[in-house]
Amino acid sequence: MNFIASHYLTLILFFPALAAVIMLFLPRDENKLLRWFAFGASLVPFVLSLMVWVNFNADQPGFQFEESYVWYEAIGSSLHLGVDGLSLTMVLLTTLLTPLAILASFSITDRVKPYMMLFLFLETGMLGVFMALDLLIFFVFWEVGLVPMYFLINQWGSANRDYASLKFMIYTMGGSLGLLLAIQMLGVLFGTFDLVSLYRQWNSLTADRVLLGMSVHTVKTIAFWAFVIAFAVKVPLWPFHTWLPDAHTEAPTAGSMLLAGVLLKLGAYGFLRLILPLYPVEAKMFAGALAFLAVAAIVFGAFAAYGQTDFKRLVAYSSVNHMGFVVLGIAAAGLASGTTDAAIALNGAILQMFNHGLSAAGMFFLVGVIYERTHTRNLEEFGGLFPLVPVYGGILIFTSMASLGLPGLNGFVSEFLVVRGAFPILTVYTAISMLGLLFTGAYILKGIKKVLHGPVNEHWAHGEHKLTEISTREILVMAPLMALILWIGIWPAWILNVINKAVVALF
Amino acid sequence: MNFPVLSVITFTPMVAAAIMLLMPADKKNETRGVALASATFALLLSFWVYFSYDTAAAGYQFVEKYNWLPALGISLHFGVDGMSTPLVLLTGVVMFTGVLISWGDDDKHVMAGIQDRPREFFAFLFILASGVFGVFVSLDLFMLFFFYEIAVFPMYLLIAIWGWVQTREYAAMKLTLYLFIGSVVSLVGALVMYWTNFQNTGVLTFDMTVLENAGFSQTFQYIWFLPVFLGFAVLGGIWPFHNWSPDGHVAAPTAVSMFHAGVLMKLGAFAALRVGIMLLPEGAKQWSWLIMIFAGVAVVYGAYIAFVQKDLKYMIGFSSVSHMGLVMLGFSTLNEAGLTGAGVQMFSHGVMTALFFAITGMIYDRSHTRQIPELGGMSRIMPFAAIGFIIGGLVSMGMPGFSGFVAEFPIFMGVWGAQWMVAVIASISIVITAAYIMRNIRQVFFAKMPEKLEGHITDVTMLDKVAIVTLCGFMIVIGLYPRFMVPLVSTGVENILRLLGGA
Amino acid sequence: MFNSTTFLAILPEILILVVAMLILVAEPFWKAEQRRNVGWLTAGGLFAVMIISLLFGRPGDPITVLGGMVRFDWLGFFFKMLFLFAGAATSLLLMDNDRVGHRGEAYLLLLASLLGMDLMAASADLVMLYLAIETTSIPLYILSGFMLADEHSTEAGFKYLLFGAMSSAVMLYGFSLLFGFAGTTNIYELKTVLAAGPNTLVMVLGIIFLLLVGLGFKVSVVPFHFWAPDVYQGAPTPVAGFLSTASKAAGFAVLTRLFFVAFPGFSQSWTLIFAVIATVTMTVGNLLALPQTNVKRLLAYSSIAHAGYVMIGVVSFSVLGAASVVFYLAAYIVTNLLAFGIVMAVSRIIGSDDVKDYSGLSRRNPGLALMMLAAFLSLAGMPPFGGFVAKVFVFAAGVQAGYVWLVIVGILNSIIGVYYYLNVMKYVYLFRMPNEDEEKHPVPLTRPYTIALVILALGVILVGTLFAPWFSWSDMAAMNLF
Repeated sequence: MNFIASHYLTLILFFPALAAVIMLFLPRDENKLLRWFAFGASLVPFVLSLMVWVNFNADQPGFQFEESYVWYEAIGSSLHLGVDGLSLTMVLLTTLLTPLAILASFSITDRVKPYMMLFLFLETGMLGVFMALDLLIFFVFWEVGLVPMYFLINQWGSANRDYASLKFMIYTMGGSLGLLLAIQMLGVLFGTFDLVSLYRQWNSLTADRVLLGMSVHTVKTIAFWAFVIAFAVKVPLWPFHTWLPDAHTEAPTAGSMLLAGVLLKLGAYGFLRLILPLYPVEAKMFAGALAFLAVAAIVFGAFAAYGQTDFKRLVAYSSVNHMGFVVLGIAAAGLASGTTDAAIALNGAILQMFNHGLSAAGMFFLVGVIYERTHTRNLEEFGGLFPLVPVYGGILIFTSMASLGLPGLNGFVSEFLVVRGAFPILTVYTAISMLGLLFTGAYILKGIKKVLHGPVNEHWAHGEHKLTEISTREILVMAPLMALILWIGIWPAWILNVINKAVVALF
Repeated sequence: MNFPVLSVITFTPMVAAAIMLLMPADKKNETRGVALASATFALLLSFWVYFSYDTAAAGYQFVEKYNWLPALGISLHFGVDGMSTPLVLLTGVVMFTGVLISWGDDDKHVMAGIQDRPREFFAFLFILASGVFGVFVSLDLFMLFFFYEIAVFPMYLLIAIWGWVQTREYAAMKLTLYLFIGSVVSLVGALVMYWTNFQNTGVLTFDMTVLENAGFSQTFQYIWFLPVFLGFAVLGGIWPFHNWSPDGHVAAPTAVSMFHAGVLMKLGAFAALRVGIMLLPEGAKQWSWLIMIFAGVAVVYGAYIAFVQKDLKYMIGFSSVSHMGLVMLGFSTLNEAGLTGAGVQMFSHGVMTALFFAITGMIYDRSHTRQIPELGGMSRIMPFAAIGFIIGGLVSMGMPGFSGFVAEFPIFMGVWGAQWMVAVIASISIVITAAYIMRNIRQVFFAKMPEKLEGHITDVTMLDKVAIVTLCGFMIVIGLYPRFMVPLVSTGVENILRLLGGA
Repeated sequence: MFNSTTFLAILPEILILVVAMLILVAEPFWKAEQRRNVGWLTAGGLFAVMIISLLFGRPGDPITVLGGMVRFDWLGFFFKMLFLFAGAATSLLLMDNDRVGHRGEAYLLLLASLLGMDLMAASADLVMLYLAIETTSIPLYILSGFMLADEHSTEAGFKYLLFGAMSSAVMLYGFSLLFGFAGTTNIYELKTVLAAGPNTLVMVLGIIFLLLVGLGFKVSVVPFHFWAPDVYQGAPTPVAGFLSTASKAAGFAVLTRLFFVAFPGFSQSWTLIFAVIATVTMTVGNLLALPQTNVKRLLAYSSIAHAGYVMIGVVSFSVLGAASVVFYLAAYIVTNLLAFGIVMAVSRIIGSDDVKDYSGLSRRNPGLALMMLAAFLSLAGMPPFGGFVAKVFVFAAGVQAGYVWLVIVGILNSIIGVYYYLNVMKYVYLFRMPNEDEEKHPVPLTRPYTIALVILALGVILVGTLFAPWFSWSDMAAMNLF
């Protein structure tokens, strides 16, 4: 136990990858074995991260469970891991969603082994980003996560997968190019990639220092935008969001779950972990621009979602809309860091990340459930399904409401906090975003109406097209999500406490 | 005196070549057996050297010195430092895998490996390997040239005889002439160094450990650095002298492409480093801007040209130009990060490109085309090759977790330290590389298989798999655990930095 | 005056005469069809001469014997050994030549010219030198035109005779002028006389030019090279091989000794002339070799070019320069003999010297092809063969003497060389016999060819790898010049 206790993070991080390597040696055709093995393997990090959550001391500022191993001493990078309230929340989200996504993909029958292996690798990649306390390691995992996702979309996606996967890859890689360069610059300047010491050194540069033949101010501004673009692509912020609907739509169900549930959070996490601490001055200076982009994402995301006829695209655009709130909170915090309002906005943003992870994963899964049965996602072909699949309908409405921000469910808590915190700081933008919220309601209701309501749909009622009810396995996927949605909606304190302590300690 | 491991490594292939040439022509499998046995032997020895190199002690190790021609100060002086040790291992690996994938089969319909005159093929290949080993371990300038030329001329025969029918004569001759011109230009520089040192010190010696500290005058170094460096860098595929390289890659048979891109180009880069930068450090400082421009252009231009290629081998050939450009870029920074990265990149690119060419060869043997649009769906039948190619592709893109990242990141850091604009421009190549690698992987391995290929494609052989696994293993191990190689390279870099700083 | 040292000084020559007499005695005992066995006798005899000389006849400090006619030093000795080696190899290669090999007088003529060469390398006096040159040349004139039934051969012999006679006449005129001005014919005394006397540069340059005509002909440098391709092509191939190696080396032996010893005071002038000649020779030789389709002609032009490379060593006018000349010639003799030997062996079977007819040779006789590869790569200057080391030494000498531009010219030329040598190898290895199965058309080697070629091939590699002993001998030889 001692070993486990002192190596929690490493174990959580590398267990999935290790399991994937072991899977390599399992027989290729034993689908059942492979599925259960993968599921079991993904439960281990979840249990471990629960233990971390329990043992985590929210009152203690700074990083906990830190581990550091020499990795690449020649350029001053080490495998430095650690969590605070912010990253722990994300780790928990990841380890929770991965087993669910694997459980959701039990219906995959084509090349199960590589599929499951890719999921496990993906989990390691995502966890690494959340745990890294070394800029280079952060980047390593940031990029590593791309590869499994690319192949998941490219190999198990739907019709237009080639285009979507390549677009996903190129956008993200292109976006992180600036990040890569900026990281290299930081590494050259300070000879270390350790985040904690970078926070200190980078901000203690006096303004009259000349770097690379330019003033510190210019260099920092350029580097700031290099970071912002990389993360904005991932979040995604308008106008860098165009890869997202394609990727989400074409990805296999479980892929979309993780994509929306976790991968988008990587971008937001980047804002919180890197941009705000490293560039407080610039964040303040450009908060208006960020807020503008965030509001644009909220409004345009909502509009675009409303205009979709493809159910999955609708949900995809809703992600753009919801993630906009996260960035709005971050922008507000950047502008007025240190104030109570800012802390509230940040709390909201982080909680929104967690919540959106739950609801978006749920929504994508539900879309997947119906798609598997009908082989269409066209909203026009649905309608009147409620009587045919009442349980499914209930779950869909529940999840949609969470997404809509119905009080009593989790979405409300986080969005309220964001708006409450941002309003005094960025009044106009927040006001506009409230309008966006209106459209959020509109498209979600439209989705529900188009799918469930109306006269009984005869096409799906009988014969070979007869729609079957959601299965037990599928309910099992949804159950934890719904429980958490409800729990946070009613009693958010357990998680907000952790988040808030981290926010206060950090900013 | 300890076991003379370096000379054993160097001459093992040569002896094996002689043995093979003395065997009867019809004993094809026995010939292959000898080839494999000696390649394995050399590989094991180079592993041994690699792991028993003492990074704490640094410097040249496993040194052997035999007087060869004392009158002129020529000696058979072998030794490895942190820069050359990985390259010795690389040569061993490429040689081993090269033999595996050229094994050939005399009966099957499937064309695989070398069937025509394997005896001569392996013999020439091994003479080449001897030359390569020799260059990497030589500490004597004369011997370095001696082995350098030995490494060059078999290329002509290997390409001209066993190469791709359509371009082999042209490509082989072009390659030989380019490389020969480059090397003799360097030779003049080397001779000038030799005599200048004699005039200054009265000592006739080709010993590079002595010449390193010869303290040539500023002007001298300024004049002679460029010919010496560029002469070797031709073989390293430096822009604008890279033209021979893609043609050569395309025309060469698989194992030779592997050797060519995997090892020979490193030979050029290594010799440029060892003779150009290490012996003329002041000149290197003066001219590093020019090298940086050349390398920067190579990086972006190579990637772009690779992007527009339709022929798989040309694509890899130009990507090699781009990646070797990164090596040169690392050299041109003349700082720790850049040189370390360049050292790792030499190994990483060697393994990666050997893998690429090996798999391309496997595909070509079965489909008889290398035109990317005419290929498709290979992953269904040769999943092993597909995975290998994907891993190679990820390395090529500089994806973290693989050796390419471990190598490229410090190079870029080094460039930041030297000339940040170049880093920004060169980084464009990363995206271009990602685009063409992904696009081609998709087309070749995952697109629908063209009808005329249906039924003609078979899975790769067991030997091929061993080769693929070996090569992939290195890329992953270095990517995940840079300490496998980096500390070693660092010791070599320290020596270079000492020379750069001390002069 | 005839003491043991004198005897040792001319030991090889005496032994060559012994061998010649043995042949004279033995030849009548063989039937006509067995006369080729004279070749065994010659080769064995020459080999024995070599061994004996190496064991007992090695020179110590240089001394002059026979009244100042012959100098007994390492320069002469090393060249003598080379000639003996070349002679032994040539006689082996002669044996299975259909039209020459069975005639005993061919071997005798070979021995006669060998005798002349030995004396050329050793002579210290202009009179001796001229006699030696003629002793060398006359048998070679005959040998070149030996195949009377063959028009080309007759033409070759006649051409060689005309050119040779004329140029040696010019050279003789130069000798006489030299004697007229200096009052001595001894090369070693000329040096002091020329250095002391009120000689105008113009006069000495005139003499140098006259000497050059004769020696330039011998070593076939441009512009005295015109005879070479035709003679090489027309003469019996072993003789052509001998002409292009031993005879050329003998010319260089004289050239270096004469100029290094007699004209050191005028070195600035003649090295410049030689540098120009070297440039032109290399360039013309290589450029003319490029379009050749006949292997013998190609080798002829390439041997002209090689004379140019050697000239770089002469131009350097230093110990290393001289040593590199000697070493280069050693490597070159072995290499070029191998090349000619292979051409003989091949044309004996396929009846043609055309490059095209070499197609598929590597399948018809892999071993032979491999040796050909060794020979041609050595000519091209690739390691691990002798040609590489030799070129490096010559270039090193050039760089040392400050002739970097000349070295660069040499390098550019060797690049051209690489092209046409590899071009031949392309036929050997790459192309196939049209519509034939090569396996059914082997190119067998007879025993004398096998022995000679294997020895030569090993020699090529030996010179290229373990070059220290050969170089130290060359170095000792070079020391004797200063």
